[in-house]
Amino acid sequence: MRKKKNWKLEILGILLGILWLLPFYLMFVNSFKTKKEIFTDVTSPPELWSFDNYITAFEELDFMQTLFNSLLITVSSVLLIIISSAMAAYALSRAKSRISTILFFTFVAAMLIPFQSVMIPLVTVFGQFEMLNRGGLIFMYIGFGASLSIFLYHGALNNIPRSLDEAARIDGANRWQVFWHIIFPMLKPITVTVAILNIIWIWNDFLLPSLVINQTGSETIPLKMFFFFGEYTKQWHLALAGLTLAIVPVIIFYFFAQRAIIKGVSDGAVK
Amino acid sequence: MRTKDFAYWLFLAPVLIALTLVVVVPMLLGVYYSFTSWNGITTGGFVGFQNYIDLFKDERFLDSLWFTTKFSVVSVILINFIGLSLALIVTSRIKSSTLLRTTFFMPNLIGGLILGFIWQFIFVKVFASVGEMVGMESLQVWLATTETGFWGLVILMSWQMSGYIMVIYIAYLQGLPNELLEASEIDGASTFQRFRYIIFPLVAPAFTVSMFLTLSNTFKLYDQNLSLTGGGPYNSTEMVAMEIFNTAFVQNAFAYAQAKAIIFFVIVAIVALFQVYWNKRREVEM
Repeated sequence: MRKKKNWKLEILGILLGILWLLPFYLMFVNSFKTKKEIFTDVTSPPELWSFDNYITAFEELDFMQTLFNSLLITVSSVLLIIISSAMAAYALSRAKSRISTILFFTFVAAMLIPFQSVMIPLVTVFGQFEMLNRGGLIFMYIGFGASLSIFLYHGALNNIPRSLDEAARIDGANRWQVFWHIIFPMLKPITVTVAILNIIWIWNDFLLPSLVINQTGSETIPLKMFFFFGEYTKQWHLALAGLTLAIVPVIIFYFFAQRAIIKGVSDGAVK
Repeated sequence: MRTKDFAYWLFLAPVLIALTLVVVVPMLLGVYYSFTSWNGITTGGFVGFQNYIDLFKDERFLDSLWFTTKFSVVSVILINFIGLSLALIVTSRIKSSTLLRTTFFMPNLIGGLILGFIWQFIFVKVFASVGEMVGMESLQVWLATTETGFWGLVILMSWQMSGYIMVIYIAYLQGLPNELLEASEIDGASTFQRFRYIIFPLVAPAFTVSMFLTLSNTFKLYDQNLSLTGGGPYNSTEMVAMEIFNTAFVQNAFAYAQAKAIIFFVIVAIVALFQVYWNKRREVEM
């Protein structure tokens, strides 16, 4: 009886899986068609697998430059978030005091603030200091990303006994060395989680870069995609080729790191 | 390490500086601005609670608040229902388990903006041509009416977030003791009874996390709203986040938009705290 039931569930699961992939299939097949072909038939594969749409989209998106901008902003922001949050969480977890408790709760409470509530003054103030550029954006990501990352690191650090720190101190290591050579390597699993959660967020973020980045040539993928789509609203064949291009880097990343990604998301939510 | 130590403050410095400049200062300034007639260029005079009085008479704002609330309630229920169902399917002993997890989770890696554009194509072009083929006119007007815009957003968010919530439920489902399930089977519990009396109470903590995440993500939604419906037709599918953005950057009413943003924060904070409190209490009772 148990076997029969699993067999039914298997079919149901596969059908749902196909349903989940259907939007991607439709995007993909139509991205190779001509404008006229999309007009006459949206469901079947194209008569001719032509890359013309992709060549146009690639150029219009300035794809290599845009991809580089996204990589630069995501990688620098995530690295800096990891370094600064791990250090802050270490200080908070090792010095148990009222100040640490207050700071920790302030960091956690900051997570409740919606972006819209600080967006207008943030852009104004940073604008006055000429900080509406990629550097300013990376700095802002540290501010917005720190809360959750500190929260996750703090939980992990509380499970590492302090006697370890003390032993290393007796052996003559200073605070800096203790942290980077002994404690930080032990935080590797949570560092992976912190990295993955922040990569997904920053790579895909649209609103903040749209407010901060205003020179052409510095746009990230979502930002460039937004302008591209606006220009080609009635030309689905080009829009779809652009969308497919924009997704390719993510799919490659997912293909190689899917286990770590799903585990990271799961750990990040459960802890 | 002690709080008196120089090292303590050195370790905290980068985060403290960033958080202060990026969140704390703008938040405090924001509260101040919301009591002025600031328009981005001139600070304007102090107007007391005028902005707050105005926004409670602002129909566009109130409509967006109501639309957002309806959208959040429907989405939270659907996403959690679908997410838990998917989790139950992929944790049962089936062969395609890993592949299905990967598939259901995939939309979450892609930004809401891009997902919204893809679904715009599905609703506008694919639905229309399928509608034409089978002769269903109701399929040909998707996203052109408030109703279809609403359900379009619900479908998009359910498709995207169910896989995320599934991952959370899986984490809790795998912690379930197998002996308990087997024992109940031997005692003759039906599938429904097993779910209601054993699985459901034990995954209750997952509800707390999942409800918190779905509620906060749907209530603060912006990207998908912008790319799928753009707030249209006639601003009828505009959610709070987009309404605040438009007040600020389209109408240039900075102070007024900021007052709306403060109210938005208060609502988000109250709902989040209430919900965590309520769920924690329920967990203990069960």
